[in-house]
Amino acid sequence: MSTTASHFKRSATQYCHDADHRQRIRTALTGYEVKRDENKSRFQSWEDARQTAAEIKHEVINHLDRYLELFERNLKARGVQVHWASDAREACECIVRIARDNSVRRIIKSKSMTSEEIHLNAALEKEGFDVFESDLGEFIVQLRNEPPYHLVFPSMHLTRHQISETFTEKLGAERVSEPEQLTLIARRVMRQKFCKADMGVSGVNFGVAETGMISVTENEGNARLTTSLPRIHVALMGIEKLVRRMDDLALFLPMLATAGAGQALTCYNTLFGAARLPGEPDGPGQMHVVLLDNGRTAVLADAEQRDSLHCIRCGACLNVCPIFRNVGGHSYGTVYGGPIGSVITPNLRGMQDWKHLSFASSLCGACTEACPVKIDLAHHLLQNRRKAVKARPPFFEGLLWSGFAHLMRQPALYRLGAKVGRLLQPLHGLVQGSVLDPARGWTQSRETPRIARRSFTDWWKETHR
Amino acid sequence: MTSRERILGRIREALRVRAPVPGHAADDAAATMGEGSAEIRQWLPRVGATWEQQRDLFAQNSAALKTEFKQVSDAAAASAEIQGLAEAGHWRLVAAHRTPLLEEILARVEVETLWMGAGPVTDDLEICNAGVTTCEALVAQTGSVLVTSLGSGGRALSVLPPHHLVIARREQLVPDLPAAFALLREKYGDRFPSMISFITGPSRTGDIERILVLGAHGPKRLTVLLC
Amino acid sequence: MNVTLFIPCFIDQCYPQVGISVVRILEKLGHTVEYPTEQTCCGQPAFNSGAWDQARVTARQALKVFRGAEIIVTPSGSCGAMMKVFYPDLFQGTPAHKEACRLAGKVWEFSSFLVNKLGVTDLGSRFEGRVTFHDGCHSIREMHVRREPRELLQHVRGLELVEMSPADTCCGFGGTFSVKFPMISTAMGEQKCAAIDQTGVDTVVSLDSSCLMHIQGLFDRQGKRMRSLHLAEVLATGL
Repeated sequence: MSTTASHFKRSATQYCHDADHRQRIRTALTGYEVKRDENKSRFQSWEDARQTAAEIKHEVINHLDRYLELFERNLKARGVQVHWASDAREACECIVRIARDNSVRRIIKSKSMTSEEIHLNAALEKEGFDVFESDLGEFIVQLRNEPPYHLVFPSMHLTRHQISETFTEKLGAERVSEPEQLTLIARRVMRQKFCKADMGVSGVNFGVAETGMISVTENEGNARLTTSLPRIHVALMGIEKLVRRMDDLALFLPMLATAGAGQALTCYNTLFGAARLPGEPDGPGQMHVVLLDNGRTAVLADAEQRDSLHCIRCGACLNVCPIFRNVGGHSYGTVYGGPIGSVITPNLRGMQDWKHLSFASSLCGACTEACPVKIDLAHHLLQNRRKAVKARPPFFEGLLWSGFAHLMRQPALYRLGAKVGRLLQPLHGLVQGSVLDPARGWTQSRETPRIARRSFTDWWKETHR
Repeated sequence: MTSRERILGRIREALRVRAPVPGHAADDAAATMGEGSAEIRQWLPRVGATWEQQRDLFAQNSAALKTEFKQVSDAAAASAEIQGLAEAGHWRLVAAHRTPLLEEILARVEVETLWMGAGPVTDDLEICNAGVTTCEALVAQTGSVLVTSLGSGGRALSVLPPHHLVIARREQLVPDLPAAFALLREKYGDRFPSMISFITGPSRTGDIERILVLGAHGPKRLTVLLC
Repeated sequence: MNVTLFIPCFIDQCYPQVGISVVRILEKLGHTVEYPTEQTCCGQPAFNSGAWDQARVTARQALKVFRGAEIIVTPSGSCGAMMKVFYPDLFQGTPAHKEACRLAGKVWEFSSFLVNKLGVTDLGSRFEGRVTFHDGCHSIREMHVRREPRELLQHVRGLELVEMSPADTCCGFGGTFSVKFPMISTAMGEQKCAAIDQTGVDTVVSLDSSCLMHIQGLFDRQGKRMRSLHLAEVLATGL
């Protein structure tokens, strides 16, 4: 078993036995479910909206070269510097270079999962820059040296008391118990950082090809501040994040908010198309957009799984996933957790190291149903399993399935096998639950059904000849 | 070869195999840049046709979002509203950007005004009790205030002070998001401001136990006066 | 109507009463039921494990057995989905693809067949007791059968349907998932059992015996009394 897989099993086992964790996550998501359904029902047709969104993303992804070039051309026309990065290393180097060339010391960041993907903070800190996360949830997990727990709600696994403890320990803040007080502490600390930062790094929710703009969605106003006060704005963006034109956002912005957070619209949806322009009183003097590949073109090359690049990172699939809700966001061991993470991580980071995520699913399909851009996540998990087995057939399991297949294509043998099974089943009681029990995975927590004395087929033969 | 060429090359190579279109419909030609947003509009939340219906929807959305929305009869009434807020909040300094309407309204308010000019303003804005701006539009469908860096006093004014006060005119109310984008196109052609922001309620967070807290990093209060 | 039955292998061996109930109901409605005894398994366990080659070997047996069938009815949303939804994927790019698609087009889940094909919602069944209904994931999300079993249950005399909350969350079975990741599967199952328990009923009904096997296995281990019945068994009561 790979180390990533054993981490997953260990962590998942721990979380699955943690009733408090389970309850916390459930409580956190109950309000979400009500609001999501309420806001979905305000759409004249949520289903048609999903279909349209899926078709728009299909159009863009299947002509990605054209849309990227258009996007770049439009950005450049307004003086934005566009950088291309093949992988995480190139992207980090590029951002370090921008910071160094401009004598930057302090960097403030608004929430960006892509920056987590390339481990940007570590790269910048290694070069001596001070880096601060400004999103409240990200700020909390950064203080605790933890990765974000969830794509959209980074600190949803923590209680107010744990957060207060962290603030006391790391910021010297007094102990408080109200979320409002805790928020105020963070606001005060971060305000100082905002005012002193030289460079702001943001993520990108959507890139608008037709007008050459990036769109950033947030609730707190921290991304607005990140892009207003520092003298340089760097936006890091996966190449798949494009939409065709501004008007597409009329659909995607409310869908993102509804599916992801149960909101009608997120508090701040902001388009940036340039650094400060003539006639504008403030704003950064430079704007950079860094376009990141990092394995995305490999996913693009697989036509069957290409649509996993349609993802808008709303987090809806995590919210509804019973696996996620039980194993928790940290068990995945990768920046993108939940169903979408289990689909894309093996394809972005290596099938053999990450295939366990694709197998760790009951394939219930709640994710597929929740996805606002209609990515069939459950079917993609099946595709990943197939790819994993094809690339490296597991020896014993392969034998098992071959035996199974040969048994099942010979009805007489299958029936004989079943009869033998029935006769042997009483013996199973002797080893049940012990290390010798071949069905231990099942019998440790569940009783086993009895093989019937008379099968349906036997009944049929007796009654319907 | 540059990274740009490498990435674009890989994309072109990958796209030689077509992927199936999700669901029904739409071959290559159907979904192109030429299309309007008519299709999108028909799936979005319904908006009434008359101005009054749209105002009511905006008011209803504002209430849900905890935006303080008030329709006032004229500029003088707007001044009185702001005077009331200033007295209640013991305001000492507000920041605003120069437009004839804001100058007229704030002239009648007994609070010192910091007018946005060119140059760094962060430290000054930090001590203001409120930022007063105009807007590009109000969006009935979503309860959003549309501001831009060119039309609403830059970037920081609408997000740095603890209270954001928006003065909107009657004709600025638009029904929905597609209409808001159409308005931006009409007004700016392809010379868009560097920042375009839809503000939908006061700043908020749910990052601690998913409990709603207003005023995370941006304004704790958002007031919209429609006159 | 000539109806060909597909009885999934574990129903054949462990829950024959489900198949028998289906036959009784269809025969009472006046249809001719056929059961090709050469049938075995749909191949889903291998398919879900990524072993598509071996799954195809198994599935070919089904293609062969059901070649002549007009309508195939199966009392399982999961195995039904395997044939109806996944066979075309499984045989994509092979000579058998067309035949797999043809077969897929003939497959009906049992309750959907009664309600949507036969237009029957009241069979005249009588079942005394309060029951809750568990939605199998494949039934609702692959076969899109959600309303039909409830309509049928509502017409059963003496039966009171108490919905659990939520009814459509996975029970955690997931085939080989339940033994590969028993801790996750069990945690999910325990939450399902708690939801069932909360309704205060003594019987849980579903379209999928595989889910019921999991739920029953957990209840039995917990030492709690709970009866699990396939919808067909409930509907066949009092006929």
